[in-house]
Amino acid sequence: MKKPLRVDERSLRADVNPVRLLTFKIDDRDVSARADETILTVARQNGIKIPTLCHMEGLSEHGACRLCIVEVKGMSRLMPSCVTLPRQDMEVLTKSDRVLDYRRKILELIFSERNHVCSVCVTNGHCDLQALAVEMGMTHVRYDYIYPTHPIDATHPRFSVDHNRCVLCLRCVRVCDEIEGAHTWDVMNRGISSKVITDLNQPWGSSETCTGCGKCVQVCPTGALSEKGKSVAEMVKRRQFLPYLQMMRHRE
Amino acid sequence: MSKVLRIATTWLDGCSGCHMSFLDLDERLADMAPHIEMVYGPLVDAKVFPEGVDVTLVEGAVATDEDKKKIRMIRDRSYILVSFGDCAVTANVPGMRNQFKVKDVMKRGYLENSSQNPELPSIGVPHLLDRARPVHEFVSVDVFLPGCPPPTEAILYTISELLAGRVPDLKGKARFGA
Repeated sequence: MKKPLRVDERSLRADVNPVRLLTFKIDDRDVSARADETILTVARQNGIKIPTLCHMEGLSEHGACRLCIVEVKGMSRLMPSCVTLPRQDMEVLTKSDRVLDYRRKILELIFSERNHVCSVCVTNGHCDLQALAVEMGMTHVRYDYIYPTHPIDATHPRFSVDHNRCVLCLRCVRVCDEIEGAHTWDVMNRGISSKVITDLNQPWGSSETCTGCGKCVQVCPTGALSEKGKSVAEMVKRRQFLPYLQMMRHRE
Repeated sequence: MSKVLRIATTWLDGCSGCHMSFLDLDERLADMAPHIEMVYGPLVDAKVFPEGVDVTLVEGAVATDEDKKKIRMIRDRSYILVSFGDCAVTANVPGMRNQFKVKDVMKRGYLENSSQNPELPSIGVPHLLDRARPVHEFVSVDVFLPGCPPPTEAILYTISELLAGRVPDLKGKARFGA
């Protein structure tokens, strides 16, 4: 079977490459899709649930968290559905034992890599990561916790970043670059020592590029980015601006 | 069920909040009374952890050498071990000291924040382990009941299922944090 295309490999020139329609199967259900829609998009259109963490409607896809992995028949590797395009007659499984097992492992590894203490977190009860644990039936982490040492940067007058709670979804990096156009956020280091940074790893409060818009805080799935002055469970994220901005931009 | 379930509860490095949530069962505890026997715990006047306990609820993380000894003894004497609450399941708040050295934690607690007679304790207190860790990193755990504290309903469900001879499936019934 031919390797499925990733989102960034598709042609954006609809005039020279008119969008094809194709049919394929998700969980034994026949579905139809435009050739430039991801498996995740098509699944959601058809009411098939696939858990996601780094995906956010209105931002580019990144494929960072790997929670949306699905099994494609004939492929040995599991594919991230948010950045994989369907092919004609492809058979996709979203809930096979193998997929569920790996998703659960990925989620547990995310919890074990940082210090997620829900009971004292500003986002307790409004957190995407916490909700995923419930949704996926994760009652404990089978891996030994790493308990890394991570700092808190509270130099910004209105916001703070607590790296203990960061899951490296990079929503902050994307929203700052793609929507606000400031590109204050970026990533340094690699693998498990990766860390989101402001400017060239300068304190957030001293950033010359940050506009203080707070979009990063609102899209952050956990309590890593929060507004100052919020106590436990008080940081409710407001994300309505994103579909609104997206809609206004697409208006001719 | 004819047999009376012998239940023990205990806490290691925890705040007793999970036991408070347990007590919130209120009159439902009275309904359960004919079917259970509380054989050990802070609510019972027993000095030694007995042999042959059917179900033990363990609150708190394993944080000291004494906790480590205790949890191994409890595991040996319990048929079913329940990790009771976030501290037991994840190390939770007791684990927040894990980013620092024990020496610095002791200094902070007993010297820097003490207004009178600042002194490191040397007798009568167990030694802190390098890190506070979840119970299942030391012994095998049969049931995980997360929550800070676990909701009373989830505790009721857990005990009811165990009374009925089933292993409770707590998926979706409790979450980390509140």
